[in-house]
Amino acid sequence: MTLARTYSTVTVAGVTLVADLSGALFWEEERLLVVSDLHLEKGSSFATRGVLLPPYDTAATLSRLAAVVARHDPRSVIALGDSFHDRDAHGRLAADDRETLAALQSRRDWIWIVGNHDPELPRDLGGTVASDVAIGPLVFRHEPTGAVGEIAGHLHPKARVSRRGRSVERRCFASDGERAVMPSFGAYTGGLSIRDLAFAAIFKSLEFTAHVLGDNRMHAIAAARCY
Amino acid sequence: MLLFPECLHLISTGSGREPNSVAVPSSDPDSQPVPLPEIFSRWFAARGWSPREHQLELLAKARADRSALLIAPTGAGKTLAGFLPTLVELSGRPRGAGRGLHTLYISPLKALAVDIARNLETPIAEMGLPIKVETRTGDTPVSRRQRQRRYPPDILLTTPEQLALLLSSDDAPFLFSSLKRIVLDELHALVTSKRGDLLSLGLARLWRLAPQVRAIGLSATVAEPESLARFLVPQNFPPPSAKRRGGVGGEGLFSEDSTGVSSAASPHPRPLPATQERGGRGEDAGTGDNNSVAADIVVAGGAAAPVVEMLDTSERLPWAGHSARHALGEIYDLIKRNKTTLVFVNTRSQAEMLFQELWRMNDDGLAIALHHGSLDVGQRRKVEDAMAAGKLRGVVCTSSLDLGVDWGDVDLVINVGAPKGASRLMQRIGRANHRIDEASRAVLVPANRFEVLECRVAIDAVNENAQDTPPLRTGALDVLAQHVLGCACGEPFLADDLYAEVRTSAPYSGLSRNDFDDVVDFVATGGYALKSYERFARIKQDAQGRWRVTNPRVRQSYRLNVGTIVEESMLKVKLVRSRRGGSGSTGALARGGRMLGQIEEYFIEGLVIGDTFVFGGEIVRYEALVEDEVYVSRANDVDARVPSYMGGKFPLSTYLAERVRLLLADKRAWNGLPDQVREWLSLQSYRSRMPGAREMVVETFPRADKHYLVCYPFEGRLAHQTLGMLLTRRLERARARPLGFVANEYALAVWGLGDMSAMIRQGRLNLDALFDPDMLGDDLEAWLAESALMKRTFRTCAIISGLIARRFTGEEKSRRQVLFSTDLVYDVLRKHQPDHVLLRAARADAATGLLDIRRLSDMLVRIGGRITHKELDRVSPLAVPVMLEIGREAVYGEASDELLAEAAEELVKEATG
Repeated sequence: MTLARTYSTVTVAGVTLVADLSGALFWEEERLLVVSDLHLEKGSSFATRGVLLPPYDTAATLSRLAAVVARHDPRSVIALGDSFHDRDAHGRLAADDRETLAALQSRRDWIWIVGNHDPELPRDLGGTVASDVAIGPLVFRHEPTGAVGEIAGHLHPKARVSRRGRSVERRCFASDGERAVMPSFGAYTGGLSIRDLAFAAIFKSLEFTAHVLGDNRMHAIAAARCY
Repeated sequence: MLLFPECLHLISTGSGREPNSVAVPSSDPDSQPVPLPEIFSRWFAARGWSPREHQLELLAKARADRSALLIAPTGAGKTLAGFLPTLVELSGRPRGAGRGLHTLYISPLKALAVDIARNLETPIAEMGLPIKVETRTGDTPVSRRQRQRRYPPDILLTTPEQLALLLSSDDAPFLFSSLKRIVLDELHALVTSKRGDLLSLGLARLWRLAPQVRAIGLSATVAEPESLARFLVPQNFPPPSAKRRGGVGGEGLFSEDSTGVSSAASPHPRPLPATQERGGRGEDAGTGDNNSVAADIVVAGGAAAPVVEMLDTSERLPWAGHSARHALGEIYDLIKRNKTTLVFVNTRSQAEMLFQELWRMNDDGLAIALHHGSLDVGQRRKVEDAMAAGKLRGVVCTSSLDLGVDWGDVDLVINVGAPKGASRLMQRIGRANHRIDEASRAVLVPANRFEVLECRVAIDAVNENAQDTPPLRTGALDVLAQHVLGCACGEPFLADDLYAEVRTSAPYSGLSRNDFDDVVDFVATGGYALKSYERFARIKQDAQGRWRVTNPRVRQSYRLNVGTIVEESMLKVKLVRSRRGGSGSTGALARGGRMLGQIEEYFIEGLVIGDTFVFGGEIVRYEALVEDEVYVSRANDVDARVPSYMGGKFPLSTYLAERVRLLLADKRAWNGLPDQVREWLSLQSYRSRMPGAREMVVETFPRADKHYLVCYPFEGRLAHQTLGMLLTRRLERARARPLGFVANEYALAVWGLGDMSAMIRQGRLNLDALFDPDMLGDDLEAWLAESALMKRTFRTCAIISGLIARRFTGEEKSRRQVLFSTDLVYDVLRKHQPDHVLLRAARADAATGLLDIRRLSDMLVRIGGRITHKELDRVSPLAVPVMLEIGREAVYGEASDELLAEAAEELVKEATG
């Protein structure tokens, strides 16, 4: 019997973290919330190239972020890189979305980790900009290096499970107890299979677990059982 | 290969018609008896042929300046009939350049266009006619395409997609201004899909560019010829805007032009209803407006009735399944006893299995080949060539051979499995023996007991010549979006003009102005309520209000992505040596191996490494997936572990379903059925209840530790799957704790932990409420939000409409990437703008496509108040077939959490056990 639960616990370098069904990570003791790869304004970024995707992705992503912030009421938030889809994305934010973001930032520490999509962030964004942050035994950065205690994003891990001719594919956290890679949070972000070679370079073997974001609950599944 | 094999009609053969008749008495006062020009009479005579009545009748229609629909069975000389007016007209013209394009021929298959071009060359050469014929397909070199636009041939043979491309070019007005005739081949097949919508919009454009043009449609027999005939002439004609602005001249749509054909006096459209050569059902396909007009209908008579029988097997008839394994020996004998046999099956995997089994018993070494759409193109061409050369004794094939090049020598068609539809079966049977005055022969092989019933009623329908082709489509909005962008790539247009033009096409004759404006808005800036993309617009209005593309990149993207055929994501299948054991990260396997063909990506996604399945006529083991290539090895297993029966593409027709229900309800009619089937049905009457013609029987019974509910709607697998999804939601709410369901063409079985018999008995579960049509409200909405089928439907619309490009210059975007991103778009759009035009397009598709919601809705209304419940202590005879599908077939619950939980459980077991 599997208990329905909307979070999984993930231990990284001795620290117990909550992997939330939304794709966010919460460190209870520090009251720290981490989200990765928001890719805000990805829709309008495509639009500049003639692909007119619905312009609602930023609003959708921020409203999910607002929900998880309200649930955990964190003291600090780390956006783990690629928060904006391109260098001009911040300038394209709609007024409403800008307000939502400002409201989320108020009365808490907000740390923007830079990513490959947003290596430079405008000064008027609010919060602190950093390339990485170390807290206790953990270090937070965008691109994973495989270091012990590292929480990273960038790869957009997803896992597929197949049984009896059916398959389900979902975003997931990937962790082997020493390090973790977070799922992408943005509404328009795709994913990379955890069986891709990029993950082999970080975890060295298939001895890691996919904490898969199901429809209504989290599932911890051995990476070797996923595709 | 025979040239015009269909006109191999010797004067001496007695087909009941006047031999040597070269003048046609016509019922239409407009048409004069047509003498065939001397040179043609001589050519026919030299070959020992005589022109057929309908060929001359079409010539008469052409002389009278009328558009016409020719309804003729295969082998009736359709192609020559279609081209005769063109050949006669062009034969009278002097040699010389600069005459321009005279006739445009459109075929659904490029191979057919190429073949027809070859066949046309013979009479042209033999009569020495000054006529130039060329084809234009995706394979035509760029240099020739450019030349064709500047120096067009007299006759151009092409496809709907190429027509769209031609129309979007700046040269279109020049190219088509001289056009006199359009010949539309296999029209019955074209109009059932979005390709037909695209073609109809192309026709609307041609009617504007060349008001003098007349169309000839060539079609197999259909249920509603009247409605098909509407396709060939402008509807809503003349458009109100043209009347209003009648004097503008040159600028306005359908204004008088230099040819002197006045729009108001345009003679060819004929108001409905009118006297017909053959009475249609008279039902208007969509609009019900008074402007509905249709082309004249010419029916070719004299076809010999086909001889169709059901295989009278001496073996035990299976309860379920689709393999027809029991009849293999008998099928093999039939192939052996005939010269050339086409063996049709409904799915690729059935073709695979049958082909493999036939070879297993092929002690005589008969040349039997396999043909289906997933095989490598080169391999398919090889089979077709061998067939044409008369080298094959049998071909096991799918609908991939439903249409195509004529082969004169097929003497038997075997249809294995359910016929699905009467018209469909007749068209398949027509593939045997393309000589009109000899009867085609066909044998139907039912694969299970229910299919015996379906075969029985299908044979009755064939004998009565009863047709069940679907009604004419309502034009899809995603196709319209593609067309609007195409129009903007050519000459700039005014919205009023284009709206009037589009409404002349039959499928769009009822298009509302609101829908049209939404489509234009979508093409311009995405059609979003949030107006943030004005500066990224793809098309813009100039000072005169005319829409034009904003930059050349948009035009280029349109050209690369034109067309409405969105293929399933396919992966290449390659045969390698087994490497059992290894299962590291992907990418570690050596590349190479022999290419076997292609397979649907979603099928492979359901497999784990080591699973076996049938492909390319053998059982293979899934080894690895590397990018877009699937590596498989030969497996020694006798049975494949994962069945790949995905149901046919075509569900059981409503018409045949109704006949099956009537057959079941009428005990006297059971006499025509095999003993085994009759006994089975009698047992059902005794043990449970045989459903009446209009009633739906619902049975509930316990089995093992579960409780089952089985119902018999007879509405096809797709509608049943949708019903299954919605019923499980409702049973969940009623606390019947449903666990899963399985559907076949006739029945649906749902099982769960709750005792549904007791619940019904105690009034805790009301069947009338359970099957209430209100399930198509909120329950359907909730399911559509997450349905994978709905997401696939949306993806197709997103691609056709041009929201997502399939191809970029030089490279093709990975299909996997496209699939994923359209799912994300669907989720976001559904939440933030649920009435967006693309979601409306996807809903319209879902009504008839993968979800078949309209049929489900009709059924729920039909059975309202007519549900009979039988509480049983065990499974009934009628329920056995659907119950046997359990475990054989993927269970269609979409609850992904269960699947994930199962995988998670295995981890726990591994850790603790």
